[in-house]
Amino acid sequence: MEIEVLEGVFDANEIIARENRALLDENGTFMVNLMASPGAGKTSFIMRTLEGVKGSLKSAVIEGDIAGKVDSEKIAATGVAAIQINTGGSCHLEAKQVNRALIRLDLEGVDLVIVENVGNLVCPAEFKLGEDLKVMILSVAEGHDKPLKYPLMFSESDVLIVNKIDLIPHTDFDMEALEDTVLKMNSKIVIFKMSCRTGEGVDAWISWLSKRVKER
Amino acid sequence: MHELSVTESMLGVVLRHAEANKATEVTAINMVMGDMSTVMEDSVRFYFEIIGKGTIAEGAQLNFKHTKLLARCPVCGKEFEVVEYNFRCPDCEGVESEIISGREFQVESIEIN
Repeated sequence: MEIEVLEGVFDANEIIARENRALLDENGTFMVNLMASPGAGKTSFIMRTLEGVKGSLKSAVIEGDIAGKVDSEKIAATGVAAIQINTGGSCHLEAKQVNRALIRLDLEGVDLVIVENVGNLVCPAEFKLGEDLKVMILSVAEGHDKPLKYPLMFSESDVLIVNKIDLIPHTDFDMEALEDTVLKMNSKIVIFKMSCRTGEGVDAWISWLSKRVKER
Repeated sequence: MHELSVTESMLGVVLRHAEANKATEVTAINMVMGDMSTVMEDSVRFYFEIIGKGTIAEGAQLNFKHTKLLARCPVCGKEFEVVEYNFRCPDCEGVESEIISGREFQVESIEIN
């Protein structure tokens, strides 16, 4: 006997993502899901962002890593609340892991939660977490040809951070080609170019983000 | 890379529907997988063989129907196949195209005894 099912495999995750959304809404909290490959500069980007919104937004960070707590310790040293999730081998965060972390964080009075996803340009794009914004980082050293290799990530993201622009003179990185490819895939994506090392370009992102957080 | 957790979710969907229909055995699982899904069919087969063991779905035949990545332009209404992830409308160059298929990974039906 054939039974009709018509159920998406990601539906269960999306139901929990909606619960996260409701929890964030209750507390007036804005959540960023930050995705990138290992070494693109996710933690440095978070540190720059926290520094930039200090004094105007109360922030917290959820760190997703396969193992270890190096990143959450680095964040906690700045005085910002940080929760580490160890996925134990899994290559992405799922809504239920973020749900547990959000409950532990105590969102009251928190304006901004940044979730640092596991370093990976493939899997995290498939799993909604209940975020307001999907932000991805591509660093110059990775090359401008990545969008066609990881199309889902580029087409799902709301913001593209091109990091390590201070390295451009030492590489064949073609910014125009990158922008052209990305915009054909995702015409709504907002692109910021910066160097988290030198601080160049960080301000434009901070003021754009602050505006988005306050508008919600 | 995330196929283990995806296969677990898929099996969860299958077993829930099978149990609701008082099945004693699931003989086939029919799935639709979009070309833009990041899930690999071979990996799903591999993990299913392992995690399906001991469940009523053990040994079920896995059938995948692949769907092409199609988009619709809201400006001129053109439906087109997206080639090389270029979502620009081939007719009017509109940039707001919406995906109509190719992203899904769905359990369409199951065959049970």
